[in-house]
Amino acid sequence: MPEEMKVGCARPMGGPVGEQQAEEQPEAGGETGQETRREERTMVKVGRKAPDFVAPAYHKGKFVTVKLSEYFGKWIVLCFYPGDFTFV
Amino acid sequence: MSVDSVFVHKMWNDVELSKMVSGGIPFAMLSDAAGRVGSLYDVYDIDAGVETRGRFIIDPDGIIQGYEVLTPPVGRNVMESLRQIQAFQLVRQSKGTEATPSGWKPGKPTLKPGPDLVGRVWEHWKTSMAFD
Repeated sequence: MPEEMKVGCARPMGGPVGEQQAEEQPEAGGETGQETRREERTMVKVGRKAPDFVAPAYHKGKFVTVKLSEYFGKWIVLCFYPGDFTFV
Repeated sequence: MSVDSVFVHKMWNDVELSKMVSGGIPFAMLSDAAGRVGSLYDVYDIDAGVETRGRFIIDPDGIIQGYEVLTPPVGRNVMESLRQIQAFQLVRQSKGTEATPSGWKPGKPTLKPGPDLVGRVWEHWKTSMAFD
């Protein structure tokens, strides 16, 4: 499951993993780039596979790296929100 | 998941959220500093530089069963999310032989879709059941 990470000054970043990352890579021609982006946006649909990603996280006192697909096999609720210390 | 760093998550949990939830937040607080995951899920607001209130229910096969996205000033209804998860779990357990009509919650009758139900839903489901 999530693996603990070393704490440094660099700000670790999350991002897509797997297929959609390959799709993101720019190919020859501007047209393709736009189409790739559209493809990426339509990835999220009900009845379709959830796009996999990795992201740094704080979990019960530890800094860890979380990969979505490591939680497959359980029910997952993935929540986005505007920001820490906001009011709602 | 928000665009805040894991350090900010730690401070928010330790300083404030642990006062609301005993023992602190039990699940992982994810950081999406560049909004790349939010963009992937189409909930990142590039002008404001934050994620909107997106909530995705993902089943054990990794399939997205439902989602909801709200603009920042309106909070979510956790009970509704739980109700949806319970409904999806029931449907999954029945291997698709049962469906949950509008207004369903645990304990209320389900529908069994099939040729016999065509035109006869009114016998099993009343409009009032959407509201009670």
